[in-house]
Amino acid sequence: MYEEPTRSGKRLVFLDAAASAPKPRVVIDAVADMYSHHYANVHRGIYELSEDATARFEGARRAVARFLGAPSEREVVFVRNATEAINLVAYSWGRANVGPGDRIVTTQLEHHANIVPWQQLCREVGATLEYVAITDDGRLDMDDLRARLEPRAGQPLRLLAVAQVSNALGTINPVAEITEMAHAAGALALVDAAQSAPHMPIDIKEIGCDFLAVSGHKMLGPSGIGALWGRRELLEAMPPFMTGGSMILRVTLEGAEWNSVPHKFEAGTPAIAEAVGWGAAIGYLESLGMDRVREHERYLFEHAWKALSGVEGVRLLGPADPEIHAGVISIVMDEIHPHDVATIFDSEGVAVRAGHHCAQPVMIRYDIPATTRASFYVYNDLDDVEALAGAVQTARTVFGV
Amino acid sequence: MDNLYRDFILEHYKNPHNKGHLDPHDLHFADSNPTCGDEMSMTIVLDGAKQAIADVAFDGRGCAISQASASILTDELRGKTLDEITAMDPKELLDELGVPIGPARLKCALLSYKVLQGAVHGGEVAWPEEAEAVG
Repeated sequence: MYEEPTRSGKRLVFLDAAASAPKPRVVIDAVADMYSHHYANVHRGIYELSEDATARFEGARRAVARFLGAPSEREVVFVRNATEAINLVAYSWGRANVGPGDRIVTTQLEHHANIVPWQQLCREVGATLEYVAITDDGRLDMDDLRARLEPRAGQPLRLLAVAQVSNALGTINPVAEITEMAHAAGALALVDAAQSAPHMPIDIKEIGCDFLAVSGHKMLGPSGIGALWGRRELLEAMPPFMTGGSMILRVTLEGAEWNSVPHKFEAGTPAIAEAVGWGAAIGYLESLGMDRVREHERYLFEHAWKALSGVEGVRLLGPADPEIHAGVISIVMDEIHPHDVATIFDSEGVAVRAGHHCAQPVMIRYDIPATTRASFYVYNDLDDVEALAGAVQTARTVFGV
Repeated sequence: MDNLYRDFILEHYKNPHNKGHLDPHDLHFADSNPTCGDEMSMTIVLDGAKQAIADVAFDGRGCAISQASASILTDELRGKTLDEITAMDPKELLDELGVPIGPARLKCALLSYKVLQGAVHGGEVAWPEEAEAVG
């Protein structure tokens, strides 16, 4: 972790992994090594350096496929981040497969990245977007979900899009069960794994979904690299999202033939060193063991929940059950706005996120303007939990509540 | 930080001046700070000649900085002409808050200024340059 002291001279307590994670030395070194010794454009040069760069880039793709439990690395499309992955599906698959009267279902606890692309798609093609309700303690309302999956004459359900972990609440959703329900209703299932893949074991084959989106920067990798995983036959049938170089087989003045999957969706020079850095991050996480990463965060979550849930004037969002709550704590303090809370935390060296976390429907659901969110990762420990609890007390003292 | 949350700011936050909604009113505008979701509205009653502010109120919810800023700003508006409002320098409001506002909080401090200008212009105005500072 960063060793530089904060403005206040205090030790930095970084509790904002859910926004973006800091990078371990092995990732920084892998990116520097790539640029220092192995960098050239990929999939092009007939020379040693380019072949070397291509092998390392494709090695990163294999690492992503292995980490996610994907049946084949050819189903892993490199994109910038999970947002771009979801947009790719909305633009490419969506425009080809969703029409007037069709329905798409997402949920009230989604990040904007899993809402707005569907709103745009539905507006454009005349489809309807529905949201599964959430309970008072931040779980998906499974009865409401079931009701929305009921067949409706003339309004076929095409897609169910759901986050495996809510970035605003920390709720872990039963995505395998939800996928099965979606399939039984004749729809495809897209899982937004941006907040889950960094923090728990994940296996696409077990989930059974059709698309899955993930970002590298939230799992210790560089920013600017992420992936869409999609079932091969779906990716093969989908038209390209962006067109240009390296996604074509042949171009004449009259037209073009598309390259094979996944290259069809990777127009232009990709984020080469970033992909390699992400591969290094995955290697690092695998060496820790994702079971242990999850266990570590559950341990910190349980301590933080216990330390904060009894404090007067403090409300914690999301389920209390650590089995279905990731290492994210969303705090609401009576009488103190989250922005003020975060500023006071900052003065204590505690870095948290304050705001709507790009999940405004969640804020509307609980009638709050924003929350203060602390999120844990592999480098956090009980001292950090203690610092968080201490900062909450400081905020109460400053505001006299 | 102790500087930022001086008693003066907290007093305005806990007991804001001019809070509420004037009805009827001549001018009304609502706006929000997209980074934190804070919302603020302002209602203004003009004098007989419709040239100057006779009464003003703000409403909404937000952090201590945005609420104190609105409380302080609205205290000074009665009697000011619309031309004077248009010519107001946002720096003066920052000075009046009297506490150091970091780059992450400038929009909080200037939301009230933006809402006021929107009300006078009859539509949304851009953030003042001071709010866009990044360091």
